[in-house]
Amino acid sequence: MSTETVTARPVVDGARLRAWLPRYGVYAAIVLLVVYNIFFTPYFATWSNLRIQLIQVAPIVIVALGMALVIGTEGIDLSVGSVMALAAAFIPLYLGYGVVAAILVALLAGVAVGLINGVLVARVGLQPIVATLALFVGGRGLAVVISEGKLVDIRNADFLYLGSGDLFGIPVLVWIAALMVLIVAFVVRRTVFGRRLLAIGGNRPAAELAGLPVKRVLITVYVVCSVLASIAGLLSVARIQSSDASSVGLLIELSAITAVVVGGTPLTGGKVRVLGTVAGALLMQLVIATMIKHNLQPSTTEMVQAVIILIAVYVARERKTR
Amino acid sequence: MALLEVIDVSKIFPGVRALDQVSFTLQPGEVHALVGENGAGKSTLIKVLTGVYQPDGGDVRYLDQPVQFGTPMDAQRAGISTIYQEVNLVPLMSVAQNLFLGREPRRFGLIDRGRMEHQARAILTDYGVSADVRRPLGTLALGAQQMVALARAVMIDAKVVIMDEPTSSLEPREVQTLFGVIRDLHSRGIGIIYVSHRLDELYQICDAVTILRDGKLVHTGRLADLERIRLVSLMLGRDMAEVRREGATAFSGAATGDVEATPVLRVRELNSRHKLHDVTFDVRPGEVVGLGGLLGAGRSETIKAIGGAYHLDSGDIQVDGKDLRKPTPVRAVRFGVAVQPEDRKAEGIIPGLSVRENIALAVLPRLSRFGFVSDRKVDEVVDRYMKRLQIKASGPDQVVGDLSGGNQQKVLLARLLATGPKVLLLDEPTRGIDVGAKAEVQSLIDELAAEGLGVVLVSSDAEELVEGSDRVVVLRDGVVVGTLTGAQVTTEDLMSTIATEATREH
Amino acid sequence: MTMGIASDPEVSAIVAEDVRKAERTDRIVGTIQRQGALAVLIVVALIALATFPNFRSFDNAATILVAAAPPMLIALGMTFVIITGGIDLSVGSLYVLGGVLAAWASQYGILAAFALPLAVCGAIGLANGLLIAYTRMAPFIVTLAALLGARGLMRAISSEGSETYLVRDDAFRTLGNGSFLDIGYQVWLVAALVVAGMVVLARTRFGHSVYAVGGSEDAAGLMGVPVRRTKVWVYVLSGLLAGLAGAINAAKLGSGVTVLGTGMELDAIAAVVIGGTLLTGGAGTIAGTIAGVLLLGVIQNLINQVGNVNSNWQQVISGAFLALVVVAQTYLVRLRRVT
Repeated sequence: MSTETVTARPVVDGARLRAWLPRYGVYAAIVLLVVYNIFFTPYFATWSNLRIQLIQVAPIVIVALGMALVIGTEGIDLSVGSVMALAAAFIPLYLGYGVVAAILVALLAGVAVGLINGVLVARVGLQPIVATLALFVGGRGLAVVISEGKLVDIRNADFLYLGSGDLFGIPVLVWIAALMVLIVAFVVRRTVFGRRLLAIGGNRPAAELAGLPVKRVLITVYVVCSVLASIAGLLSVARIQSSDASSVGLLIELSAITAVVVGGTPLTGGKVRVLGTVAGALLMQLVIATMIKHNLQPSTTEMVQAVIILIAVYVARERKTR
Repeated sequence: MALLEVIDVSKIFPGVRALDQVSFTLQPGEVHALVGENGAGKSTLIKVLTGVYQPDGGDVRYLDQPVQFGTPMDAQRAGISTIYQEVNLVPLMSVAQNLFLGREPRRFGLIDRGRMEHQARAILTDYGVSADVRRPLGTLALGAQQMVALARAVMIDAKVVIMDEPTSSLEPREVQTLFGVIRDLHSRGIGIIYVSHRLDELYQICDAVTILRDGKLVHTGRLADLERIRLVSLMLGRDMAEVRREGATAFSGAATGDVEATPVLRVRELNSRHKLHDVTFDVRPGEVVGLGGLLGAGRSETIKAIGGAYHLDSGDIQVDGKDLRKPTPVRAVRFGVAVQPEDRKAEGIIPGLSVRENIALAVLPRLSRFGFVSDRKVDEVVDRYMKRLQIKASGPDQVVGDLSGGNQQKVLLARLLATGPKVLLLDEPTRGIDVGAKAEVQSLIDELAAEGLGVVLVSSDAEELVEGSDRVVVLRDGVVVGTLTGAQVTTEDLMSTIATEATREH
Repeated sequence: MTMGIASDPEVSAIVAEDVRKAERTDRIVGTIQRQGALAVLIVVALIALATFPNFRSFDNAATILVAAAPPMLIALGMTFVIITGGIDLSVGSLYVLGGVLAAWASQYGILAAFALPLAVCGAIGLANGLLIAYTRMAPFIVTLAALLGARGLMRAISSEGSETYLVRDDAFRTLGNGSFLDIGYQVWLVAALVVAGMVVLARTRFGHSVYAVGGSEDAAGLMGVPVRRTKVWVYVLSGLLAGLAGAINAAKLGSGVTVLGTGMELDAIAAVVIGGTLLTGGAGTIAGTIAGVLLLGVIQNLINQVGNVNSNWQQVISGAFLALVVVAQTYLVRLRRVT
C-alpha cells in the first residue's frame, strides 16, 4: 500500500498565510507599530525613549528565553516569577560577602528550583504545569519569608552597576540580555543539548527510542530556565535599587509565555524561535508603551494584552494532521 | 433479511485506496470474522460502518434501509456498537457508572445509586464479572473491563456488535467467558463482526468470514468451508499475476549468514505477561532472521523488548557476547542494537526537524566537541547516508515531515545506521512506502547483511519475509512455534506453520 | 445463561487470591486518596487544640469558617473544572472583579449587588468555556488571558484600582456581617451551595459527565456524553462562583477592595488538589475539597495566632503540601493501575 504524500499540492493563499502568520506576523506587527509611532507619537524616536523601553524589556526577554526552551520540550514553567523573587531575597543577604558571592547564591537558588521542577517533570512524570505550580505557590512565599517581608535598599555600587550602569553608551542590562539571547540562540542551534531538546519536544517516544538521555535533557532545560529567571531577578533588583520579594517578577510568567507564543513558538513543542521570542517581548513592550503614550490606562493595556495572547495562541494552534 | 449489508464500498485517502469496492453481508445471529493483515482495510471498513469515516462510494444498508452515519454516536443510537481493542470506557469511574453513563436510573431527578448498582450487579453476573460494581473500572482485569464494555453495548439495544481484537489482552479463561457471551448474543439474534488474528479462535466461534487484502475483498463465505491453510494464504499471499508484473522483491535470495559463526544476538527465554513466552533465537553476523506470524503474535513486542522499549518480566539478551541486562533504549543503542519501530510517524522520525538533524540525532556526541556540534562532521555523515540510501529531498535542510513515506523511512534507517549498529531490528521496513523505495530498502537490507550486520526482519508481506530472510522464526501468541531453515523458507511452509492448530491451550 | 468455563480449580484459586489482593490494595489506596486531607485536617486540629488555648473557642471556629467562605466557593468551582481535566486561573481576578461590581451595584439594592457580578463573571466564564471547548486551546492559556482581561476590566471600572466603592445597601451589608446561631450568614449560604454542589456532582447526569470528560474525553464522547457542553458549563460555574465569592466578601468588608485576590486561584487549586482531586482529571470529591480548604484555613489561623511568625509561611506550606500531595497521588494512581 502506498501512502505517498502528495507534494505538488496547489498552494492556497489561506494556507500560506496560516504558515506565514505565526512565523513572521510578530515582525510585521513591530514594523507597523514602529512606523505608526514615528508619525503619531511625540518623542517616540528619541534615544532616551528607546533606552527606557529596552531597559524595561530586558528582564522579560531573559525570562522568556528560558520559557521558550521549556516550551520547546512541550512543557511550561510557571515558577519563574517565584525564582526571581527568591533571587531578589538572597541578594541583600549575601551582598556583604561580595557581589560575586551574592550573585552565585542567587543563581544557586535558581539551580535548586530548576532541579526540583525538572525532577518532578522528568522522573516523577508530572505534567509540567502541575510540577511548576507548587513552586509558583511556595517559592514566592519562601522568598518573602527569607527577606522577612522587608523592602531592602541596595547601595552596593558594583552591584547597582549591573542595573543602571552604561557600557559604550548602552545600559549594561541590555548588554546582558543581548548576551543571553546570543548564548541561547547558539545553544539551540549549535549544541548537542539544543538539538536533543528539539527532538524531545518534537516526538518524545521517538527520541526515547533513539537512545537520547531524555530525562537528563529535560531536567537540564528546567534548570536553565530557572537560572535565567534568577539572572532576571537579580538584574531587576539592581535596576530598581531595592529588593522586594513580594513584588519582583510578579506575573512575569504571563509576560514570558506571551512573548514566546507571540514570537511564533508553538505550545506543542519541537520548535524554539529565539529571535521570535525577543521580538514577541519587544512587541508587547511596544504595545504597552504606545498605549501609555496615547493616554490609555494600564487597565486597557491589560485587556489588549489578553486579546493578543488569545490571538497568538489561536493562530499558532497546530492543526491535527493525522 | 440481512442485518447489515456492505455493497461496493470504497474509501479513498490521498494516494491510497483504503477500501476498493468491498462488499459483504452480516446475517442476524451470525458471528462474522473480518480478517486481513495490517493495511488490508479492516479498520477503515469498521470506521465506515461506525460513522467515523464517510464512504466515497457504495452503499451501507442496515435493516434493509440505506444508512450513512455522521458520527460514532449516530451508529450507536441506531444499534451498531463497537468494542475496541483498548477498552473505551472511563477507567476512574466505577463499574456501575460506566455501565449506565448517560442512561442512569433516576428518582426525583437524581440518580438512584442503589438501583443502578443493583442492576449493574445483576447484568454483570451474566457476563461472569463478580467484582464490586462500586470499584473504579480501571482496577478490574482487562478481561472484566471488556465484559463491561460488551454489557454496555448490548444494554443499549445493539443489533450489531463489532469486536476489534477483543481477546488480544485476555487470559485463556477470560477468552472462554467471552465466547460464552458471544454464543449467547448469537442465540439472541445479534450480529457480530469479529476481528481477530487468532485462527484457533476464529474457527471456534465464527460462522462466516470476510478476508480483505490491500483494500480489496479477496474472499467471503462460510468459515467451515475454508481450510486454515487456504485462509492464511488468502490473507498473506499475493495474486500471482501481480507478482509476475512487479517481480517479487528486490532480495537476492542468496543466503549470506555463516552458520558456524558465533551469534551476534542471542535471545533467551524472553517473557512478558500475556505477550511473550520463552521467546528464544539467535542471529549470526550477516544473517537475516525473519520473525513470522500474524498480527499480535508478539513480533513487534520481541523487537521492542530487545531494544529496551518493551517491558520484560524475564529473559536474557546477549549482543556480541556481552550481556544486555535490563535493556533500556540508551543501553541498547550503546550495545549496538538499532530498532526501526513499526509506527514510523509516532516512534521513528521527528517530523518537525530537518533531514540532517534526524539523521545525526542519535550520534550527536560523536559529531561534536565539548557539546558543540561540528557542522562539518554532521555534513559528512548526513551526506554519506543521503547518498548511500538515495534519500530524495530538496536538501539536507528539508523538514522530514514533508518527505514521502519512503524517504522518511530511509531517513530513519540512516539514523540507525549512523550509530554503527551490530544488530539491526526492522519492524515492517517497507510498509506504506512506494514500490521503488521498497525495492531500494530491500536491497539495502541485503547489502547490510552482506557487510556483516545481524538483521531481524518483521514483515506482514509473506513474500518479503521469505525472500529476505535466511531463516524464519515463526511466532504465535507469543510463543516460538517453529523455525524455517534452508529449503523450508518458503511461503507455503510459513503459512502452514502459522496455520497449525495450537495444542498448547484449551 | 450458562457458560462452560472449564478451568482448573487450582488456577482459579490462585486467580481469586490475586483478585483479593488487588481489591485490598485498591481499597487502601482509594481510602488514602479520598480521606488523606481529612485525616491530616483532624491531626492538625487535634494538635492545635492541645497546644493553642485560643484555638479551642467557638468564636475562633466561627472565624475560621467565615474566613474560609469565599475560598470555599472558588474551590468548589475549581473542583468541577479540575475534575474535567482543566484548570481555571482566572478565578482570582474574577473574585476581585465580582467584589468591585457588587459594591458598585449595591447602590441599586441587594438584588443588583448579586446580579451584576454573577452576570459579568458568568459571561467571562462562558467565554473561557467556549474558547476551551470549541477551539481546543489549552485551558491554562485561555484562563491566563482571562485573568489579565478581568483584572484590566476591574481596574478600568475602579479608576485604575484607586477607587474603592462602598457598599450602600444595608441589607447587603447585613448579609456580610450578620449571623444566625452565631455563625455568619455567608457561612450558611456557602454551606448550602456546597451541599448543592455535592448533589450535582455525585447524583446528576451532568455530574457524571464531568467525571467522564476528565477521565477519558474520547471514551466519554463515544459513550454519548456531551463533552463540549459539559466543558462550557464547568467554566461558567467556576466564573459564577468566583463572582459570588467576590460579592459576599464585599458584603463582609463593606467595600469593593481592588488589591485582594492575587494568588486566590492558586490557593483554590492547592485546596482542591490537597483534597484528593486529581489534577489530571477524572477523580475527586467536594468533601475532599472542603477538607483541603479548611486545612489551609486552620494553618492560616494558627500562623496568625503564633503572631510573630511571618504570614508568608502560609504560601510555603501550601506549596509544599501541593507538591507532596501531587507526587503521592502520582504514585498512588500508578499503584492502583498496576494491580
